[in-house]
This record gives sequence, structure tokens and C-alpha cells, in this order.
Amino acid sequence: MITLEINGARHELDADPAMPLLWALRDLAGLTGTKYGCGKALCGACTVHLDGEPVRACVTPLAAVEGRRITTIEGLSTDGSHPVQRAWTELDVVQCGYCQSGQIMSAAALLASAPKPSDADIDAAMAGNLCRCGTYQRIRAAIKRASELMEAPQ
Amino acid sequence: MTAHTSGEDSARTSRRMFLVGGGVVATGLLVPWYFAGRGAPSAGIAATRGPGLSANAFVHVAPDDTVTVWLAKSEMGQGVYTGLTQILGEELDVDPRRIKVEFAPVDAAFNHPHVPMQFTGGSMSTNSSYEQLRKAGATARAMLVAAAARRWSLAAASLETTDGQVVGGGQRAKYGDLAIDASELAPPRDVTLKDPAKFRYIGRSLRRLDSPQKITGRAQFGIDVIRPDMAHAAIARPPMFGGAVRSVDDRAARAVAGVLDVRQIAAGVAVLATNTWSARQGRDALEIEWAPGAEPDFSLATLRTRYQALLREPGAIATNTGDAAAALGNGARSLDVEYELPYLAHACMEPLNCVAQVTEHSCEIWTGTQMQTADRDAAAALLGFKPEQVSIHTTFLGGGFGRRGNPRADFVLEAVELAKAAGRPVKVTWTREDDMRGGWYRPFGLSRVRAAVDAAGLPIAWLHTIAAQPVLRGTQFEGFIPPGAPDPTVAEGAADMPYAIANLRVEVHEGASPVPVQWWRSVGHSHTGFAVNGALDELAQLGGRDPLELRRALLAGKPRHLAVLNAAARRARWGEAQEPGHHLGIALQESFGSIVAQVAEVSVERGAVRVHRITCAIDCGFAVNPGGVIAQMESAVVFGLSAALYGEIGIEHGGAVQSNFDDYRLLRISEMPFVDTILVASDGPMGGAGEPGVPPVAPAVCNAIFAATGKRIRRLPITSSL
Repeated sequence: MITLEINGARHELDADPAMPLLWALRDLAGLTGTKYGCGKALCGACTVHLDGEPVRACVTPLAAVEGRRITTIEGLSTDGSHPVQRAWTELDVVQCGYCQSGQIMSAAALLASAPKPSDADIDAAMAGNLCRCGTYQRIRAAIKRASELMEAPQ
Repeated sequence: MTAHTSGEDSARTSRRMFLVGGGVVATGLLVPWYFAGRGAPSAGIAATRGPGLSANAFVHVAPDDTVTVWLAKSEMGQGVYTGLTQILGEELDVDPRRIKVEFAPVDAAFNHPHVPMQFTGGSMSTNSSYEQLRKAGATARAMLVAAAARRWSLAAASLETTDGQVVGGGQRAKYGDLAIDASELAPPRDVTLKDPAKFRYIGRSLRRLDSPQKITGRAQFGIDVIRPDMAHAAIARPPMFGGAVRSVDDRAARAVAGVLDVRQIAAGVAVLATNTWSARQGRDALEIEWAPGAEPDFSLATLRTRYQALLREPGAIATNTGDAAAALGNGARSLDVEYELPYLAHACMEPLNCVAQVTEHSCEIWTGTQMQTADRDAAAALLGFKPEQVSIHTTFLGGGFGRRGNPRADFVLEAVELAKAAGRPVKVTWTREDDMRGGWYRPFGLSRVRAAVDAAGLPIAWLHTIAAQPVLRGTQFEGFIPPGAPDPTVAEGAADMPYAIANLRVEVHEGASPVPVQWWRSVGHSHTGFAVNGALDELAQLGGRDPLELRRALLAGKPRHLAVLNAAARRARWGEAQEPGHHLGIALQESFGSIVAQVAEVSVERGAVRVHRITCAIDCGFAVNPGGVIAQMESAVVFGLSAALYGEIGIEHGGAVQSNFDDYRLLRISEMPFVDTILVASDGPMGGAGEPGVPPVAPAVCNAIFAATGKRIRRLPITSSL
């Protein structure tokens, strides 16, 4: 048994420690918001936070995450109210939506470390997240908008 | 609209049918069929809806005031979840933001108005649903008003509606309170549609209604479906097209923890397990000897050689105006050039997948599909069932681009076959490598253009020969190819190019290859848009004319095309000084009922291309959701740019070379140009938005590269040519 802390809750999973976190989240914990896209850390669709840092769950074995704090898209906010999610709605970022969990998790991690990111910061933090629908222009604008929302008094 | 369409409508419809990015059924019987918005839903649908008003298949008003719309179209990013709900909400007079949206089951009630089939493609979702959904909403509204009139003993004409309520004579009732009464009335034969001047939702850029689900991870895609007792499957597939299993040793696979079973099916060898990862571990442990296909050494080089020979032979005639061959010899200057486009994978971010459950008498399918009718019929045929024994639960699609409307229902049938064999629900999830190497690509194709300009530099002859695999031929859609004519998906965009060239001849060689092909966002236009716009720029150079000015001259009689061309050129400041090192290229393509012109602003440094800006103008007629059209242009630019810069599926030893996003690159945010979109207003018929933005991208960028470097790119992708 492996014990994981996902979105603040303890999960006891009967799984091979070599299993990538992605499949444990999706198939064992039933948290399907984190997506499979490539299996090789090439597309970012599986991005989650590990102790607040963005990681690609498809190449992160369970053995590496036991005892650490895992946050998935389901845990970013309970109601879609994280500033990144609000900005995403406001600017109509999503299209098919499949990559957006990963995009949002990468963007949230970026803003946590750089509250006012430059275009270069955005390129560096987001270049690992592919979007086949091509929502990049709006992602860039929404990250800047989220930065404003984080600054504004709640 | 009635069951009969006017001659003009029919011509337009049958033309559109050839422009399928998602397909039409080939029966040879093109029965114009229209659900007039007043027929009752089929018994199967009605049974699922509970009490309340089901005025027609598309809308239900429940006594608790819940209003539900059933979408016949699949949401794959293009925005129908929002746009179609806007249309219904407008006529029903209910704010679309409080309408519950469901994906329709497979049922004839949800067929395309003019095609006996339920599918999403051809950039037709909005324009084909527009009148249908307006009538559906207006019919339900009329019945609710009639119920109120009867209850209050007032004339229906004296009553009004306001956002989900009927009001008049000092009375007021919510739709929900009237739903049961209204359900006892006969739907009216005719309904009056709203005066467009009074639209509150149609024509407005409503925000996407699916955002709340998609920003929280709650949106359910096919890959997210979980059924009780479901097994997860991974399939070992032949490494070459046409290959088959010769022998398999599954002992090691069965020993993998979590593996439940190993089954050989038509698609290959399937490993069933308690989770996806175990299924894949099991698959990797299989020892399989493969029997090769008919051409084990087939490569792209082989096909290129075959096609190059074909381009020297006369082909089937797609169009022939004047005498292009004779006029070629009369020009002041002429050219003879070849354009080449590679096979391309759709590469949806959500790899293909399907969940199926088969019992003795029923089959249930959960997947993101663009072609419910074909999937259902294929599953029924495989199982020996009647079509009504098969049900399909359409989920959100993590991208489609044509791939999820497969003429063979490939990704659906394998799951059905496996679920029947396993006797339990099964989810098949393709790996990225399966998806990339699985075929059904945009066809590889060659275009040879021989053309001439007169002394004034105006084109007088264009003889265009295309060799590419047909998309419709050999499928159930073959009946839509006119007898004796070439498959229209090969020459579309060339045979009907908008430029006034007196002597135009387009010939087609329908190629053959072991590699299966399919519609890929913008279909034949993705090929012809490149060849036509590229060769036209070469003619401008040959005749000493500016590429924009030449296009203007050739579009002189076409005000809509001119307006689009000029809008893009003006916004991009064509002919004015650009930033140092930046150069412009222009292209225009009419496709799927819309006209798009794009200007690319590009710099090239030490062989590296940087696209800084794409200025994009579109005339799609009336836009139901203008913001949605703008989003589709941004999307199309990225899709087209990934293909132009990097897209290439090579073929060696009978199989695909590329496997994942490391060798099949897609554009990343750090490479994203700014896309500046202009909606050009017109009173033209409503066109499409999903596909028309793709074809101009590659030629606009390559024409800009020529302006920057003097080098013509005639073979895509650019990174392999520069």
C-alpha cells in the first residue's frame, strides 16, 4: 500500500511504486481531471503540483511522491474561483479543453512564484504545455489578467 | 423550410457535401430531410425525458423549470456547445446561460437536415442547425404561450414571453409551471421566427458555456469514462499498415501484476488489466511476430516517385475552362512547378479511446465521436444487432479535426469487439504512439502547376495536375462522387479557385497507398490552398506584379473576396514599411462557404523562421457568435502553422516514422505569433468557421519567406525545405 496526500485528503492505494502518478490519479483515485497526452513529459497535459511545484505526472513514479503534497486541478479550488480559473473564463480561453487542466496548473504555479510574469517568464513556464486548438494567445492574456486579479482586493 | 429545397439550395447543399471535414453518408439517395421542429421525439428519446414539454427532439421544459437542449453536434473545441444553445435560447426566449446542455443520443431525429446521418464536420454545424434550432425553440415557445392562453382564457396573440416566463393580461407564469399543460397540446404547424432586429443572444459574443467544466477538470471526455467492473485495455498494433499478427506469446504479459486477460482481435493483441498502466506494461511484455502487409518495403520515397510519374500523365478532369494547354504556349512567360505536401496526423490532444459494453441484446458505447450514425451502424453490423440495439453516449471531444469521424469506425469497433469478447465493459486507450502511427492521415500529395502570364503580367493559363489519395473513394461516402468525376476532396480549392483565369484546367490522379487517409481539418483545401496561393505568387513575380495587386486584379468581379483581401492587407499595412527584417506574404482561400485572407509577417535569421503576426480577415456571412469565430481563426492559424513549420509523417518499411510530440512537433506558446482577426460583415450566406482559417496559413508564411529570402518553399514542412 502506498499512501498519497492528494488535494488535502489521504489516499491508500494498492499500486506498484513504479506506476506513474498520472495513472494512479486517473484509474485508482478516480481523479480524471489530470489528462494523459504523451506519456513522456512532452505535452504538459498531466501537470500537477508536487509541494507547490509543477511536475508532469506521466513520468513521476508513485515512489517519488509518497509523503508529499499533491494538488490536481480538482484541488486548485473547490469552485473554479482561483484567479487563473476566473481569468480563463473571462477571456474564453478554452476550446476543446483537454489540455487546459495542465495549462491552468502550470499557470498557477508560475503566478505563485512570479506574481507579475513577463512575456519571457510566460514562455519559459508554459512552453511545455501543448494546445492543439491553439489557445496560446488567450493563455498569455489570461495569465496577465490572473496576475491583476490576484493583486486586486478580494 | 419544407421537405423540398430550392434548386439553388440543392446545388449548394450537394456542393457542401463534398466539402466534408466530417463526412456524409453515401447512399446515392440524397433525400432532403428536415426535422421541422414540430415532430415528436422518437419513443426511445421521449422515454428518457420524464414529464414536461418535449415539443421536439431538441428541447425539453421540465415542471421544475429546467430547460434542456440536446445537441446533435459534438463539441470538439469549435464552440457548438455555446453557439447552438444561443440559437435555441433566442427563439425559446430563455437565457442560454441557464439552459442545461446534453449531447444527443444517436437517433434519426438528430440527423443533418439534408443528410440522413448524425455527424459533426464540414464546418456545417452552425449553418445547418440554424433554422432547425430556431424552429425547435420557437415551437416550444408557441406551445407554452398557447397553454398560458388557455389557462387564462386570453388570446395567445395578447401574450408575450420574457426570459422563461409567459406574461400578459396582468398574469405571469414560468415556463415550468406551463410545461405539463403545454405537453398536452399539438405542436403548431407553422411558427413565426423572431425578427433578427430583436435578437438578444444570436449575433452576440456570449462567453463559452462549457468553461466552468473545462477549467475545473469536471468536463468528461471519452478517456475519462469509468463504468462499473470496467477493464482497461492496451492494444499492440501492427508496426506497418496492413500488417497482421502471425503468432503471439503472451505468457510474460499475463504475469504482469494487474493484467486480467489477453485477447487477439482484428486490430492486434489486446491486454486487459485493472488499470491503464498495467495494461501497457502487459502490452510491452507481449512477444508478437507480425506478418507484413502487401507492401512491406513501402516508403514515402516510393509514393513520391509514383506520383511524379503520374503528374506527367493526363488525369481525370476536375474542371476545364477554355484551353489551358494551348494558352500555355501563348504566354509571354510561363512556369512549371511542383508543390508537395506530406501526410499529417490529426494529433488530437486526447488520444483516441472508446468505452464499450456488450450484452446479449445491447451494446453501449461511450466516446467522443464526430460520426454517431456510422459508429452505430458499424457496431450493429459487427454484432449482428439491429441499429436500435446500439446506443452511443457522446462525451466532450479532446480535439477532433476530422479524426474522430472515421469512415470505418476504427476506434469504436475495436472496443466493441473487445468488450464482447471480454464480457465486461472495456476502455481502450490508445497511447500517443498508437495515435500518431495509426494512419488515417491527411493525404500526402503532389501538385504540378503549369501556368503562363501575358505581356501585362496577368495569368492566362493554369494547368494543374494533382496526385493524392482520395478521401471519399472506397468508403461508404463514395456515392457522393459524381459518376465519372474524380473524388472532389482532391481538387477542391483548385478546381473552384476564385481567381479569374480564362484558361483553367485541373486534373486529378487518385493515388493508392497502404496508408489509410481521412479528412483533416480543411481536407483538400489544406493541399490546394498551398499550391494555388504559392503558384499564384510565383506568377506575380514572373509577371512583375505585386502579389496583392495581382490578386485584386483576378478578383475584380468578386466584391466579397476583394473586401476580405483588402481588409487583411490594410490592417497588415501591406506595401508600407515594416519593422527591420520583417516581410509580408499573403494568401486567400474560399472554403466551407467562407472566405479567408491572411497576411503573415515573418523574419528569417540564419535559416530560422519566426512568424510574428498573422492578420486574418474572414467573411463567413452572419456570425451567430462573433467571438467564437474569432477563436476559430486563432485556432486555425496555430493548426496551420504547426503543419507549415513542422508537420510531417514519413513512411518507412510500410509504417509511420514519427511517434510522439518530440518528432511530430506542434507549435508552442513561445512560437505563437499574434493573431489579429477581422470579421468582415456581409450579407452572404452563413458559412463555416472551424476549417476555413487553416488553408491560407502555410502559403501566406511561405510567400513571406520568399519576400524575406528569395527562396520558394514548394515542399512542406518549411523546416525540411529551408
